[in-house]
Amino acid sequence: MKVSIILVWDSFCASLPGGDKPDLRTDAKLTIFARDMRQLTLIDSKLLHLIITRLSCQLIENHNDFSEAVIIGMQPRGVLLAERILEQLRSMQPKSTIQYGVVDPTFYRDDFRMHDKPLIARKTEIPFSLEGKHVIFIDDVLYTGRTIRAGLEGVMEYGRPASVELLVLVERRFTRELPIEPKYVGKSVDSYDNQQVKVMWKKDGGEDKVMLLNE
Amino acid sequence: MKTAEQKGLSVKHLLGIKDLTRSDIELIFSQADEFKEVLNRPIKKVPSLRDVTVANLFFENSTRTRLSFELAEKRLSADVVNFAASSSSVKKGETLVDTVNNILAMKVDMVVMRHASPGAAVFLSRHIDASIVNAGDGTHEHPTQALLDAYSIREKLGSVEGKKVVIVGDITHSRVAISNIYCLQKLGAEVMVCGPTTLIPKHIESMGVRVEHNLRKALEWCDVANMLRIQLERQDTGVRYFPSLREYSMQYGLDKAMLDSLSKKIVVMHPGPINRGVEITSDVADSSQSIILNQVENGVAIRMAVIYLLAQRIARRAV
Repeated sequence: MKVSIILVWDSFCASLPGGDKPDLRTDAKLTIFARDMRQLTLIDSKLLHLIITRLSCQLIENHNDFSEAVIIGMQPRGVLLAERILEQLRSMQPKSTIQYGVVDPTFYRDDFRMHDKPLIARKTEIPFSLEGKHVIFIDDVLYTGRTIRAGLEGVMEYGRPASVELLVLVERRFTRELPIEPKYVGKSVDSYDNQQVKVMWKKDGGEDKVMLLNE
Repeated sequence: MKTAEQKGLSVKHLLGIKDLTRSDIELIFSQADEFKEVLNRPIKKVPSLRDVTVANLFFENSTRTRLSFELAEKRLSADVVNFAASSSSVKKGETLVDTVNNILAMKVDMVVMRHASPGAAVFLSRHIDASIVNAGDGTHEHPTQALLDAYSIREKLGSVEGKKVVIVGDITHSRVAISNIYCLQKLGAEVMVCGPTTLIPKHIESMGVRVEHNLRKALEWCDVANMLRIQLERQDTGVRYFPSLREYSMQYGLDKAMLDSLSKKIVVMHPGPINRGVEITSDVADSSQSIILNQVENGVAIRMAVIYLLAQRIARRAV
């Protein structure tokens, strides 16, 4: 099914004057990606900035001054997104103090002893109680949902939150192995299992962008 | 080249510090940092090892080490079985391999063992299939003690690299001393041993350590002094290594007056159990320069890190 859409799409593009391929990124809901391409930019730095601003606005809409809400970044890659959102929130609402922590899901993962690659733990730092708080959980890519499940278990050790919401930059659709869905989504992507969604940050030495990579 | 973080520990068992690389030790420390954070949570437990069974085999008496291992295992959610030689079939003449194989037949994944014979852990690792952690084998090695000592120095002074550490006391009979020398040297510290001639092994210089018989000179040189316990139980072969405990204490005991008279503030350590008034006096043990209780606290985190990292190498059994 997918392949036939791509073939139709490719022949449609070829028929256009000048051979200009329309930018598929303009479709916020769905990205079609031909199997023979090595990589595709899903989100460039300009769009990423827009998405972070939009997500921040949505958070403010739901949580006002963050007196009852806390932000928790998921180690290792979700922390980078959480810090960017935090920066944006602080510039939009300089007067409110936003509590922020990071959680490492490693000790709670369900695939311990199943890989050759060791599971190395990173820092968990939640210097406040989560009892009765609205927790906003932030990660960069939502795929199977298993990492989020592990992170949730880690967070519950710090008290019983009033609620937990999930914010992700990229949601890979139809790939969930657990009943976990995000409340705030930067962009939804359709992808094959052998593809990888990679979020890159300026902080790591490149530019801000999200790529879809073929194996 | 892959870093230790990408491939985990280079060993399947923890038999001695001698087999570890510097990056192994640093990986254990970085994971111990995370477990220390777990130990300071309201709920001090993680579920990582919920399908792993660990047997603690203590063929020799121990309070602190056994408790520390047992706590570490339980805080990782492992199932724990304990075994003390005094109440077992060992008394009926069973061999070490038979005893352990019987325990392994009950599906145990990891063995923590203390034994009075040097090399017992190495011997066992050649005969059985489980992961082995040496919790002290005779006068050979006591790797987790050395790791927690170096970790405590790193915590107190920021790093181990370039620090000067003196180990004072009975070096000949001490597995803590041997493991500490290996561990500190791998991390880039300078090591000195200090004690009466009878308690310093011949040719110890070949390990690259300095030797000093005068306690004051040794303490003036060092940043950290690790005061070992006089192990009377290992000296009962009829040989007298020093005339009396009182004389040892006068020559090699550390009291507050000596500590205060030094030109700089040194860190004082002791692997426990302390003979108060022999190796160090009570006021030194309880002073702000002593990190003896930090050592005990760090022991649980270090042992959690070691067990966690070794357990990753045990393949999950298909059902």
